[in-house]
Amino acid sequence: MKLIFEKSREGIGCSILPDCDVPVCSLSDGQKRQEAWKLPQIAEVDISRHYKELVKRVHGVNDGFYPLGSCTMKYNPQVNEEMAKLPGFTGIHPLQPADTVQGCLSVIKELETDLCEITGMDGMTMQPAAGAHGEFTGLLLIKAYLQAKGETKRTKIIVPDSAHGTNPASASMAGFDIVNIPSNEEGCVDLEALRAAVGEDTAGLMLTNPNTVGIFDKNILDITSIIHEAGGLCYYDGANLNAIMGIVRPGDMGFDVIHLNLHKTFSTPHGGGGPGAGAVGCKEFLKPFLPDDYVVETESGLAMVTPEQTIGRVKEFYGNFLVVVKALAYVKTLGKEGIPEASSNAVLNANYMRVCLKDTYDMAYEGICMHEFVMTLEKLHHDKDVSALDVAKMLLDNGIHPPTMYFPLIVHEALMVEPTETESKETLDHAVEVFKKIYATAMENPEILHQCPMTTPVGRLDEVRAARNPVLKYE
Amino acid sequence: MGSYVPSTADERKQMLNAVGLSSMDDLYSDVPSNVKLDSLNLPSGKSELTVAAEMEELADKNVVFKSIFRGAGSYNHYIPAIVKSVTSKEEFLTAYTPYQAEVSQGILQSIFEYQTMICELTGMDVSNASVYDGASAAAEAVAMCKDRKRTKALISATAHPHVIQTVQTYCMGAGTECIVVPAKDGKTDMEALGSLLEDKGVACVYVQQPNFYGQMEDCDGVSALAHDKGAKFIMGCNPIALAIMKTPKECGADIAVGEGQPLGMPMAFGGPYLGFMAATKAMMRKLPGRIVGETVDVHGERAFVLTLQAREQHIRREKASSNICSNQALCALTASVYMTAMGKEGMQEAATQCLSKAHYLADQLTSIDGVDLVYTGEYFHEFVTTCPVDKEVLLKELEKEGILGGYPIEEGILWCTTEKNTKAQIDALVSAVRRVVK
Amino acid sequence: MASEDAESEDIRMNTPKDLLYTKSHEWVRMDGDAAYVGLTDFAQDALGDLVFVNLPEVGDAVEAGEVFADVESVKAVSDVYSPLTGEVEEINEELLDAPEKINEDPYGAWFVKVANISDKEELLSAEEYEKVCEEEA
Repeated sequence: MKLIFEKSREGIGCSILPDCDVPVCSLSDGQKRQEAWKLPQIAEVDISRHYKELVKRVHGVNDGFYPLGSCTMKYNPQVNEEMAKLPGFTGIHPLQPADTVQGCLSVIKELETDLCEITGMDGMTMQPAAGAHGEFTGLLLIKAYLQAKGETKRTKIIVPDSAHGTNPASASMAGFDIVNIPSNEEGCVDLEALRAAVGEDTAGLMLTNPNTVGIFDKNILDITSIIHEAGGLCYYDGANLNAIMGIVRPGDMGFDVIHLNLHKTFSTPHGGGGPGAGAVGCKEFLKPFLPDDYVVETESGLAMVTPEQTIGRVKEFYGNFLVVVKALAYVKTLGKEGIPEASSNAVLNANYMRVCLKDTYDMAYEGICMHEFVMTLEKLHHDKDVSALDVAKMLLDNGIHPPTMYFPLIVHEALMVEPTETESKETLDHAVEVFKKIYATAMENPEILHQCPMTTPVGRLDEVRAARNPVLKYE
Repeated sequence: MGSYVPSTADERKQMLNAVGLSSMDDLYSDVPSNVKLDSLNLPSGKSELTVAAEMEELADKNVVFKSIFRGAGSYNHYIPAIVKSVTSKEEFLTAYTPYQAEVSQGILQSIFEYQTMICELTGMDVSNASVYDGASAAAEAVAMCKDRKRTKALISATAHPHVIQTVQTYCMGAGTECIVVPAKDGKTDMEALGSLLEDKGVACVYVQQPNFYGQMEDCDGVSALAHDKGAKFIMGCNPIALAIMKTPKECGADIAVGEGQPLGMPMAFGGPYLGFMAATKAMMRKLPGRIVGETVDVHGERAFVLTLQAREQHIRREKASSNICSNQALCALTASVYMTAMGKEGMQEAATQCLSKAHYLADQLTSIDGVDLVYTGEYFHEFVTTCPVDKEVLLKELEKEGILGGYPIEEGILWCTTEKNTKAQIDALVSAVRRVVK
Repeated sequence: MASEDAESEDIRMNTPKDLLYTKSHEWVRMDGDAAYVGLTDFAQDALGDLVFVNLPEVGDAVEAGEVFADVESVKAVSDVYSPLTGEVEEINEELLDAPEKINEDPYGAWFVKVANISDKEELLSAEEYEKVCEEEA
């Protein structure tokens, strides 16, 4: 389809602004723009149609099943969207006096209180804009705390080889050295390897639990105490919190810092890649280090303060506030019964699909999984030259968004399936049927899979061409 | 009440049976029993009606000002209706990062169009798909410039204080020394900048245009000074001002960044906003985050895909220079629709009105005894005045009349106008100030 | 490296006898006191289509066993290690615009010419290197 620039016609446009009602000024010649530039010139009707044409080429959660592992693509409730459009939230300047923004501050404080209860933390900031941003913030809390204690030799963060790629990248951005430790055969932390890795230089451990292969690490209490005994802190990557909300709390498992992905676990939409929100929670002893502008209760109402030993700011203002509004509406809706219900059904759905598929596809790990499971297509790849990518592309032809591919790195030809709790048994049964049909095709006529997808707006793309000769804008 | 789980009790039982378990609790047999929770200490779930009422009550506790003369990083611009309608479309809202390009062409193309518009606006060669906000864009830009030999960053004291603080936080993490270049008369002190640049370890200089005080900086001069010493120049830009002011390209900047909020995003108590980042071709492969590129599909048709991914965190892990793995796609879309609806002329008109109204307001305010411009240089749509009475007292009085006045800073009050401020609003503000000051 | 296509392919054993090799898949061609360094056929085949190469600058010091360049495929970045300690005398600028040359002609597509060589890694003969490849495959 055409780019919006290709639809542009000289002399067409929308009339948005009235004439200027004060004397018109201009910049001095030395500051004036000389360089020519162009934006599309389009009538409103054609703008509307252009984007309508684009949305037809997008698969969102509302278009069909979206079991993208590690991303928790649950349904995004409409009431949340409506609340985030209230003028009492959208029309508020971030630098208004505190007494005129008590509602906004209450939203932040209420959600902090609720999420602290859910995670077992004592304080939380809503400032980070995404999970990776939260990781960076949380690690800086650890860094600042260790520095304040004079423990400057603690420079190493331990990361399991199954971790999200953001974990080592965030630790590196926060100035830590990374120690990778191997997982054991069950995909969990190898306790011996962990014991061997800790020492006087250990700053902390970053862990996802349930981990990236979808298994709850039952040695979790041993793991966190090994780190604590060595003098390090435990960081919880909340990417997989959707499995255990209201069942067990990271704070009770021995974690000191945590980030949450409000756009995963707390139902706010992903927006095609953002805006999300990566709230960071911590135990009491880390609260003095939280980012600047922390909401507290005072005699005259809620107010923003600078924590005593703050790491500073990680964002211009207080985070993606409207996302926080949506998450609060969600928590209020679910409440103390609905939150564990969401998690246990996410786990039930994953196990149901796993059991339905385990005689067809090879599971990377045996046993009960949490909210997601990982299949390995190594054998299929070897025997029939059908890769995880090929299966993914055939799913597209069946209206299903593929699972996460080639992650975690410790599983070959991985497909990571996370159905979430907001899918019905009927949807799961249908997906299982499709997966089985694809497998049968792979056995009988594998060549077909290499040609998929066939029904999507475009076919497979030439990624090498895109990277070798980058064309990053229309000219 | 309060559940989005679409299965019946009976279906759940069937699924449990299929798994070979008898209760939901059995799903959690790996969780150590001594840390298992009995129940959460939270209120019970509520109906949609109740939740909506409670949220509305919270929104009502805020004061929505009709007449706003405060900027300082968040600007009250008009948002065309089409912007809101396009960005509310469910497909855009509920999709994730476009990993599966074949079913994500809509998002990928919209980002490609966004990248093109940002390049047009800034004059730069390449743009990424956006980052969290203007402050984090500045911090990421600093990280792009650092190398083994050059490990120090200079940032002008005239940048937004929150941007300075954010850059400092990122630098603290990375072990980059961050030095603040002093201000002189509300602008970057060029002499001080020159001597700081004598240090061969300086990787880059960050200057904001217009700066925090609304003043127009000598960006040509900054660029020349930096390049003369082999340092990079990062220019922070107001995107509305870019419609009429000298572009980063014209000034010779290596990287242009900025807060994209003025491009169709509501003030929304500080977010979600948009960080735009564009650079010269030479720095393309150092740009962090997502980038969309054009290619062809198997049928030879034009198509779009996430590209240059090998730079990214999920591949480079601990060697990555940035951990960002998302963009503000919906905000980038917002900015694209905004720029399209406004068009080049519309944006120039908005910028000119911002500028003109600020000058009209300044003229009127400074006709009051004791209200004077603190800085006398050229300015865009913000300026600082003295205040002959207690700033807080003045601002409280304005609030009573439904006016959010300028932002109180150490030097005085930082006023701002946009195209939304009518002459009548400005005149009402000026009379109110006059009354209080007397 | 991604696990996608690391197995099952027949290894093409294009290992010219007149070159020396490293276990990390670089080749060395001595040229008087200097040496050309590149990436082996086995390595380019395993990496797949290369889209970008990062080279050091002329005058940079390189150290045996340390990273001096990296190559990008669509889905991976791989480090390239220097077999020698010395100074970069020349770089193959052609590769910056046409990284596919590494795929097409790995032994023609030298990365750098190293001079003032003061130290070397333990370099392998073609036969020894072929054994390394066999073990890895």
